[in-house]
Amino acid sequence: MTEYKPTRDGFGEGLLELGKTHPNVVALSGDLEDSARAVWFKKQYPDRFFSVGIAEQDMIGTAAGMAIAGKIPFACSFAQFVTGKTLEQLRMAVCYQRLNVKVVGSHGGLSVGADGATAEALEELAHMRALPYMTVIVPCDALEAKKATIACAEYPGPVFLRLGRSPAPLITKPSDPYRIGEATLLRQGDDVALIGCGLMVAHALEAAAQLAKEDIRARVLNVHTVKPLDRAALIAAATETGAVVTAEEHTVLGGLGGAVAEVLAQTHPVPMRMVGVQDQFGTSGDPAELLKAFHLMPEDIVKAAKDVLRLKQNAL
Amino acid sequence: MTTPDTPRTPDAPAWRRLAVELRQTILRMIAKAGSGHPGGSLSMVELLIGLYWYALRHDPKRPDWPERDLFLLSKGHGCPALYAVLAAQGYFPKEELMTLRRYPTRLQGHPERGSVPGVEIAAGSLGQGLSLANGIALADRLDGRRRRIYCLMGDGEIQEGQVWEAAMTSAHHRLEAVCAIIDANQLQQNGPVREIQNIEPLAEKWRSFGWHTIEIDGHDLAQVIRAYDEAKTITGQPQAIVARTVKGKGVSFMELNPAWHGVAPKPDELEKALNELQATLS
Repeated sequence: MTEYKPTRDGFGEGLLELGKTHPNVVALSGDLEDSARAVWFKKQYPDRFFSVGIAEQDMIGTAAGMAIAGKIPFACSFAQFVTGKTLEQLRMAVCYQRLNVKVVGSHGGLSVGADGATAEALEELAHMRALPYMTVIVPCDALEAKKATIACAEYPGPVFLRLGRSPAPLITKPSDPYRIGEATLLRQGDDVALIGCGLMVAHALEAAAQLAKEDIRARVLNVHTVKPLDRAALIAAATETGAVVTAEEHTVLGGLGGAVAEVLAQTHPVPMRMVGVQDQFGTSGDPAELLKAFHLMPEDIVKAAKDVLRLKQNAL
Repeated sequence: MTTPDTPRTPDAPAWRRLAVELRQTILRMIAKAGSGHPGGSLSMVELLIGLYWYALRHDPKRPDWPERDLFLLSKGHGCPALYAVLAAQGYFPKEELMTLRRYPTRLQGHPERGSVPGVEIAAGSLGQGLSLANGIALADRLDGRRRRIYCLMGDGEIQEGQVWEAAMTSAHHRLEAVCAIIDANQLQQNGPVREIQNIEPLAEKWRSFGWHTIEIDGHDLAQVIRAYDEAKTITGQPQAIVARTVKGKGVSFMELNPAWHGVAPKPDELEKALNELQATLS
């Protein structure tokens, strides 16, 4: 039986652990610490928790100041607000100054559900990826989110950590190693590579299982670090399979798919499809319903995989 | 020049001379660069003298001294004044001033954190410095570190909403280490602040946000240092010094003329300006 847990819970647990192990870790929130699960840290370490009220720009600037003074600040809000309202602060105060600020966005992607389009971050990976020195991490499950949070504290420089609101299947094990910047191979296969991040890694695994029933051997790569990309793993996947599908809970413009295409187009071009949101906003609904309506389901990945396999065969 | 161990006493005649020299240096730098912001650089000269030659605990020989007071220039376009002051204090060689804005230089048109010793933060995208000051003060409080953090902003700059978010944060957390200085030089790029987007009454605004507010003539060095002295005595509250200044101060044809927000003087204009400034000393 698969267990389910939101990635934001994994972050909350990781932050709580950092409270114990890293006295320099502090947390800030734009009055969304309950939603982002930073509230667990707040209860345990009230002196090291700061609410700036509903003022995300000031929160990022305050976090930058704390980093100048030697702290490791985790600044939390919804993924949309902590990256959208603050792009200029993240650019000049955080990235340009190469400060050790960790930007934590919960409620990333469509699986926010009922709150609807304004709360569903679908473009922020593109925004964050374009910022020099910014590292971009999208954990695939709560266990990985916890490991990523802890790894962030030991990883100098700005990091954006994207989390989800809804329970997601636990597909990794506590003992699995985690390293920022290193993609993990979840399933071996040489016919087609399914490359995902976040919630879509689970869907890619499910798609691979469906493809296996038709004797198609799909490789599944968990690219939890969207920047810097694990170029070697991507090039190996393209070289050894000759067909690539990316999958992300994000617009297909400038996110994981774009990032992978930038690498492969310049190193080992192969037929490629991008599963993601098609240049549009989200809407209200049940998360599962929305993932279906916006074509982010395992069967959408299966369809894309068959497309690239056809292209690959035509090219032979 | 100023070290943490030597007492700092105001020296009126020397400081008047210093103000003229700094203004001349600023104008030479901008003229040589062929671009830059003379108006807002000239308006903040006395405010910087009062800090670097009097109020600020700092040591140019130890720019990374952890106990130093911090000066954060938030109105980044005024950096020619900061560079001139830092060079005069010995943070880096004066000859480098004439590389302003020209590749490859450490003196960009808007400051880059740490590009030269003494430049504490990046600025240029307005409205951000006060948030950084608060973050430093909050971290210092956790660490039991006692130092003052000064943040200089322009009056046009404080139209930025983030400034008021930060102003609430400083007051909410009673950050007595934070001192905001408003260089209220009356103009912004396209005209008088009052006409473009009025931010008056300035002192009342800061007071109502919970700040101990001191209003002064920002070109009167005696008032400037009295304000810094008074600010240091305040506990449990951040302090705002509303400094009434004149954009382009010291050069008749630049004073209160919006055309001199962001253009460099041509050679004949530079000569006229330098002579005018020199004449004030005799």
